[in-house]
Amino acid sequence: MPELSLDDLKKKATQIRELIIRITTEAGSGHPSSSLSATEVVTALYFGGFMKYDPKNPSSPDRDRFILSKGHACPVLYSAMAEAGYFTTDDIMTLRKLGSPWEGHPNMRRLPGIEASTGSLGQGLSIGIGHALAGKMDGRNYQTYVMLGDGEMGEGQVWEAIAAAEKYALNNLTAIIDRNGYQQTGATKEVLDLTEFQPKIEAFGWHVQTINGNDMGEVVAALKTARGVNDKPTCIVSKTQKGYPVVPLLEAEGDPNYHGKPFSPELAKKALELIG
Amino acid sequence: MYLGEASGLPLGAATRDAFGNALKDLGATNDRLVTVDGDVGNSTRTEPFALAYPDRAFNVGIAESNMVSVAGGLAACGKIPVVASFACFLMDNAFDQIRMSVAFPNLNVKLVGSHAGISIGEDGPSQMGIEDVALACSLPGVTVVVPSDAACTIEATKACLELEGPTYLRVGRGKVATVYPDGCPFELGKAITVRDGSDATIIANGLMVPGALDAAKMLEADGISCRVIDLHTIKPIDRDAIAAAAKETGAIVVAEEHLHHGGLGSAVAQVVAETAPVPMGFVNVGDQYAESGDPQGLLDKYGLTAAAVVDAVRQAHGRK
Repeated sequence: MPELSLDDLKKKATQIRELIIRITTEAGSGHPSSSLSATEVVTALYFGGFMKYDPKNPSSPDRDRFILSKGHACPVLYSAMAEAGYFTTDDIMTLRKLGSPWEGHPNMRRLPGIEASTGSLGQGLSIGIGHALAGKMDGRNYQTYVMLGDGEMGEGQVWEAIAAAEKYALNNLTAIIDRNGYQQTGATKEVLDLTEFQPKIEAFGWHVQTINGNDMGEVVAALKTARGVNDKPTCIVSKTQKGYPVVPLLEAEGDPNYHGKPFSPELAKKALELIG
Repeated sequence: MYLGEASGLPLGAATRDAFGNALKDLGATNDRLVTVDGDVGNSTRTEPFALAYPDRAFNVGIAESNMVSVAGGLAACGKIPVVASFACFLMDNAFDQIRMSVAFPNLNVKLVGSHAGISIGEDGPSQMGIEDVALACSLPGVTVVVPSDAACTIEATKACLELEGPTYLRVGRGKVATVYPDGCPFELGKAITVRDGSDATIIANGLMVPGALDAAKMLEADGISCRVIDLHTIKPIDRDAIAAAAKETGAIVVAEEHLHHGGLGSAVAQVVAETAPVPMGFVNVGDQYAESGDPQGLLDKYGLTAAAVVDAVRQAHGRK
């Protein structure tokens, strides 16, 4: 489990963003903007000393878990795992191609290190509860992190899971909501306005923080704070920008949401220049 | 008159009770077993297990979606979660969770649907699982079992829990006839011939197995010799037993407490079509929802009777 300095974490996040853009543009499909918003959090988890894992032994029972419930953002996960050594950066250039295990949404049966097959929104937090309960039963000291999308919070199952996690006092479970403000057809506040998450989830008995999720320092601090909570499940509402930090380029294309659209080679070139 | 009574079969325990007791017994020797309930454990009969092993029993409330996905997570960590609810609330309500959190990742989750069929009675159609087998069979890699009596259910429960992979076990609410007074020679995927015959075959599961035995007895008086097969495992299906029955008896009737589409009848018909096409008939709930009423009255009204099986056999036999 590498523990990079803040500066190195920022550099790692940039490398991961470059990969996200390259692999989705190569694939000609995918969800780069949904991946870019979540990059600081995923980078911090894998490289900030928060998750213990061994790419050579991905099913070690004591490993920490990361479940990407917003499975369409898997380019950020594949890119982070490639940087972590689960597979190579060449491997993930096969993203979404026939025969490639780097599928359009995560498939745990084809890729060791993927904790859950996701893509049907709403299920990851419940799966995470299963991991957290098993950890308690077995006396294992691992943490289960689940990343959800803010649009995904419209799924009723998420709220079933929030209630259940409190019932079982799952202090070994951390939910991170990538609050990027957009879902498939528009702004989340217009499609289904769930207003502020923090008071709702606090009302269910969780420890909740709201942060700027594109600020690596805030992400690291929030993950540290969450790790110190011992009596209840923890949640980080990670306010981000979908497509960060290339939002101006997406706005210039006339679509700041850019949901489920790869960057054209020209746009990718501009984006790589901007972040590099 | 209950199904099987005409054949002299004594009334035995409900299959949900047999499941619940077997689960509790197996829990003593297998500490990987856990239950995840949607607040109906006293109905599904996971309650004895939960009382005996409270640290391994999770009642997540009336939240079937969460219930199923939690089980998927537990299975991914090496537990053997048994997820029980009413067949309709489990299979219908949480179908996508079963697809994505269990079947697609091929996780070792044991789904148990109780209160299957119309014979639950007075609670009415909203509580009747009659689509469940079709839904379960549609999922790649899921083993689907519908035991006929208490002894068969005990063996089916053991077999499902021993299998590495997702299973769906269907049990009923009310008492049913004892088909196997001396214990059930149960093997997953292997049909049991409970009566041999040469002129036609009745393939049944659940409480229609005793109904089929009643029908075979009635047909014997007409000079029609009926084979009766308990096809407890619908998936994977015993193709050899079905093909042999088609070839050797020349007519097949399928009887089940399920809707017409997608259940045992559809599964058997596919095998017959592929191996040895013969005239077939189907006895089931049809393409409709039932209503509230007493269990026996419902079975009679919706045609799940020995007489209906007799009619179907006569028709199929007549088309040979």
